[in-house]
Amino acid sequence: MSALATAVVSETETLFTAPGINYYAIAPILIIFGAAVVSVLVEAFVPRRARRPVQLVIVIGSVLAALAVVIDLRGTRLITGEGALAIDGPTLIMQGTLLIIALLAAFLMAERSIDPLGDAFAPRASALPGSEDEQEFTKRGYLQTEIWPFFLLALTGMLAFPAANDLLMMFVALEVMSLPLYLLAGMARRRRLLSQEAALKYFVLGAFSSAFFLYGVAMLYGFSGSVSLVAIADTLTAKPSEATLVAVGMAMLLVGLLFKVAAVPFHQWTPDVYQGAPTPITGFMAATVKIAAFGALLRVLYVGLGGMRWDWEPILWIIAALTMLVGSIIAITQTDIKRMLAYSSIAQAGFILIGVLAVSPAGLASALFYLIAYAFTTIGAFAVISMVRDASGEATHLSKWAGLSKKSPLVAAIFSLFMLALAGIPLTSGFVGKFGVFTAAIASGATWLVIIGVVASVIAAFFYVRVIVIMYFSDPTPDTASVVVPSAFTTIALAAAATVTIVLGIFPQPVIELVNQAGVFIR
Amino acid sequence: MNPSNYVVLSAVLFSIGAVGVLVRRNAIVVFMSVELMLNAANLAFVAFARMNGNLDGQVVAFFVMVVAAAEVVVGLAIIVTIFRTRRSASIDEPNLLKF
Repeated sequence: MSALATAVVSETETLFTAPGINYYAIAPILIIFGAAVVSVLVEAFVPRRARRPVQLVIVIGSVLAALAVVIDLRGTRLITGEGALAIDGPTLIMQGTLLIIALLAAFLMAERSIDPLGDAFAPRASALPGSEDEQEFTKRGYLQTEIWPFFLLALTGMLAFPAANDLLMMFVALEVMSLPLYLLAGMARRRRLLSQEAALKYFVLGAFSSAFFLYGVAMLYGFSGSVSLVAIADTLTAKPSEATLVAVGMAMLLVGLLFKVAAVPFHQWTPDVYQGAPTPITGFMAATVKIAAFGALLRVLYVGLGGMRWDWEPILWIIAALTMLVGSIIAITQTDIKRMLAYSSIAQAGFILIGVLAVSPAGLASALFYLIAYAFTTIGAFAVISMVRDASGEATHLSKWAGLSKKSPLVAAIFSLFMLALAGIPLTSGFVGKFGVFTAAIASGATWLVIIGVVASVIAAFFYVRVIVIMYFSDPTPDTASVVVPSAFTTIALAAAATVTIVLGIFPQPVIELVNQAGVFIR
Repeated sequence: MNPSNYVVLSAVLFSIGAVGVLVRRNAIVVFMSVELMLNAANLAFVAFARMNGNLDGQVVAFFVMVVAAAEVVVGLAIIVTIFRTRRSASIDEPNLLKF
């Protein structure tokens, strides 16, 4: 007790200094968070009819403003907020990508012409599915505009997650990112039972994994006396002998982070949540959570636990190999397209882990490039899925995609492009991404992992190409879904995703230079 | 008393919580088990703060309490919605999403 009391007294005796916060460097996070708060107030005070346009202006305006600040901050390299936030090259690239993807996702969420009943979300998430209340709300054209505050809050957490330079900040960002997503997953207009089930599973497993993350933080705090990643790294070099606490802490921390990136064996939630959630939300979280969580994972491993490299490398090696193989093999057996893309996203997490395991500036740069390529392709693929429909809503069963190219050649061609990019065929962004991580890993000596990666790519190519074969080389049946013509919102998002996928495949040089110039994490 | 005993206690509580999440069927009880895990982490933070002689761990505990409260709001909202739809809070019953 006495030691603590004297510590407190000496704290108060020293001159109090204001914490050094560079507000401009964290402005992207603050802008989005401020917009989220305003957005909550809009829900409370603006009349129902006016809410949707007002919310859209707030969302699009704040995302664009934050993006402008991120671009203006390029080249910044500093640690602010008393060591809590690190704004450096990799952070800014991830924040920029997150904001662009969020803009596209906002367009998908705002779409109202695809579903004759309204947007992709329940008119009132609280009304019982199929009840008279719900029918009444649908008839009156109510919209659940609370999705916008949730969206902005989740985005706040995502922007802070890769920037977090201490583990407390990282935990808070993790929760701020996850909690709104749990709710958004349960708000689908059609198939609400599936949607609610997805929300429950996502929530229970997500909370379980973040409890592991937190206990890991506690162990690392017990070891080093600080939650700062830099202090943990310094303590690791100062007293490497006390490895038990660190090993337990590291393992539990990794459970929490690998859950978020959906690596095997922490991937079980992914297919259920991706299938059940409203498709715009699936696209949003498939792309952005992966970026944010890999950002945090990279920073923890490279900055905080770099001294434990020989301990985490073999574990991650096995996890990466399992993730690629299990994701690719199980995806072959899937008959639901959203579920298939969920397993595909698991396999992609494995490929990005190869870049992480290179533990070199080249590995970091290639992982960043892969994340950018993957995010745009994924959100585009889910945009297409939201347009392919039949009378009951989205036609996600693969059999309903038979002969789709004859009904809508353009949409089938765009979806084929996304599938080829995910498979890593040359002239698409996926090829450049895979080439980058494989090259970086071979340079670091992880040749066997790359061989497993190539085998997994071949397996994965099978199910990606199978979708193309179903669309092009089978005849339309009476069950074949039709493609709904969307409004400008989805069209813009889809066009942007397709353009980036092609441009990154043919002229990747500017983006490669961007990720190479990003440099390493600031310590 | 030796503060490391509290760390052992927190590990025991964390394990009880983790086992509870895995074996219990009622969503509310599963949820309580998650909260037990978070609070076990809090106890570890406070015990380590005492052992390390700094206040960081105590501050973290406050943050965790706030986060846990937010998690309660979200979690109960989801569980209540599921209960209203299915008339049951069992987490084994929602089983439409598989394979």
